[in-house]
Amino acid sequence: MERILHLIQPKFTRKSKDSKVQLSRSRAGTIGIFLFLLLICAFMLLPIAYAVIQAFKPIEEIFAFPPRFFVRNPTLSNFKQVFFLAGNLWVPFSRYLFNSLFVSVCGTLLYLIIASLAAFPLAKGNVRGGNLITGLIILTLLFRPEVTAIPSYMVISSLKMVDTYWAMIMPAMASSMGVFLMKQFMLVAIPDSTLEAARIDGAGEWTAFFRIALPSVKPALATLLIFTFQGLWNNNGAQQYIYSEDLKQLPSVLSSISAAGIFRAGVGSAVSVLLMLPPILIFIFSQRSIMETMTHSGLK
Amino acid sequence: MLKAPAEAAGLRKRKLKKDIPYYLMLLPFLLVFALFMLIPVLSAVAMSFTDFNMVQLPSFVGLDNYIRIFAEDEIFNLALKNTLLFAIITGPIGYILSFLVAWLINEFGKGIRSVITLIVYAPTLAGNVYFIWTYIFSPDSRGFLNHLLVQLGIVSDPIMWLTDAKLSFWVVVLVIVWLSFGAGFLSFIAGLQALDRTYYEAAAMDGLKNRWQELYYVTFPQMGPQLLFGAIMSISGAFAVGYQNMALTGFPSTDYATHTLVLHIMDFGSIRYEMGYASALAVVLFAIMLAAWAVIDKVLKKFN
Repeated sequence: MERILHLIQPKFTRKSKDSKVQLSRSRAGTIGIFLFLLLICAFMLLPIAYAVIQAFKPIEEIFAFPPRFFVRNPTLSNFKQVFFLAGNLWVPFSRYLFNSLFVSVCGTLLYLIIASLAAFPLAKGNVRGGNLITGLIILTLLFRPEVTAIPSYMVISSLKMVDTYWAMIMPAMASSMGVFLMKQFMLVAIPDSTLEAARIDGAGEWTAFFRIALPSVKPALATLLIFTFQGLWNNNGAQQYIYSEDLKQLPSVLSSISAAGIFRAGVGSAVSVLLMLPPILIFIFSQRSIMETMTHSGLK
Repeated sequence: MLKAPAEAAGLRKRKLKKDIPYYLMLLPFLLVFALFMLIPVLSAVAMSFTDFNMVQLPSFVGLDNYIRIFAEDEIFNLALKNTLLFAIITGPIGYILSFLVAWLINEFGKGIRSVITLIVYAPTLAGNVYFIWTYIFSPDSRGFLNHLLVQLGIVSDPIMWLTDAKLSFWVVVLVIVWLSFGAGFLSFIAGLQALDRTYYEAAAMDGLKNRWQELYYVTFPQMGPQLLFGAIMSISGAFAVGYQNMALTGFPSTDYATHTLVLHIMDFGSIRYEMGYASALAVVLFAIMLAAWAVIDKVLKKFN
């Protein structure tokens, strides 16, 4: 307990030589904070832990009465079932996996290019109309895809994109969040003096973008990568533009499996575990870059 | 004197020419942004004055759709009420909890801070895993929560969490709060980390009495930009509530207890193909969100 409490002690204090004020916490305060955070973490983590544990339960334990939180005889049968069941679906499981990967990876790469290209002139170009574009970008941060789904459907339909990969990828390319974060990061990460020096050396805007801008915004690229990947990977909204089963993504397997009710509870949990792994792993590996980028996320 | 306008024009031309690469860089984004963000929003406004079923050409009907929304559509009233209630309850709770957690873990060591960040952000990352709540709240005695309550002797019969009109609303509130630690939360953590610590020392010397004063006088004023970003993220999430409700409580939910505007738009748009009416509903939602943003923007800017 002492060691835990020590862990959450402030790592710096605000005492100064001439001041008697020392804003330290009382012991009760430390314990209170510890309990509050414990409660929050339990609330956040327990449902996910429950999903993971369910995924390893053999069928008798899922139906056992009384239900138990923990698993007694962990098994991989649910995971095997995922591939077996999905293999017996109209479309093989590997096809859903391919669709998810294809859409997420291509979409993410494309968005990284589009967003960083657009952010550079907005941050450093001082172009005409730049302020208007920035204003629109900030305003449209308000509108998530769920909110614009039906109006977007009319556009996607008139572009003849319904039931194609384009319908899953393109709407996500219009996201203003990535451009906004990238622009904010470029404002501080690329010194004007460096750009000026490059210009004197005769570098054009494209050279400046590729040689100076891109290498200095790696943390922001990592941040956009996780946000975009996460959005495309968990793509629920886009499924309404898709009717062909062989174009659908993994989340739709999850919904058709869990629609079968409690009988498939274990398999459903196994799919959700497989689904949550990629975004969580990417986040763990890029957390430092993400935090560095989010420092500049403020709206002024 | 006489040459000045010509010179200015030449200067402008040179600047325009120099800017061509910049416009080329902007072009791809502007194209998709216009196609999939601006045009949908604007065309919703245009379509809201028409009757349109995606097969025949739209026909102009004036304000009929809006009259129908406000005068005849009783389900709209429910959806509006629920949307506003969800937003007013989950928006501020998610926002305040996000800030509180970010503030509390700000001075922890790096390791434990990263772990807590990951735990709290995990539901947002994990996307579809919120379906697990349907097993937790399952109405039969195998439902985890019901079992626990029966065991503890708090209730004698299983509770219909997801189909009872009164309870299902609060179950959804809980799940939305669970999902509300998003980009705003990350922004708070990063912003707090980057605050200039010399301010704290100076303020301590100036005689701050406790941490609450420090939060109010030192932290908030410096965190203005992040607080605004968090607010816009909260609004965008709080008014987009809908798909989660459908996964948890079905569609339509019992007595439309968790029906929201997003679901109402989806109902008319992708089920009934009444695009004109769905567009008018979307325009109402856009207007509410913009109004909410205008108010909160003003309040937060005044605060700073």
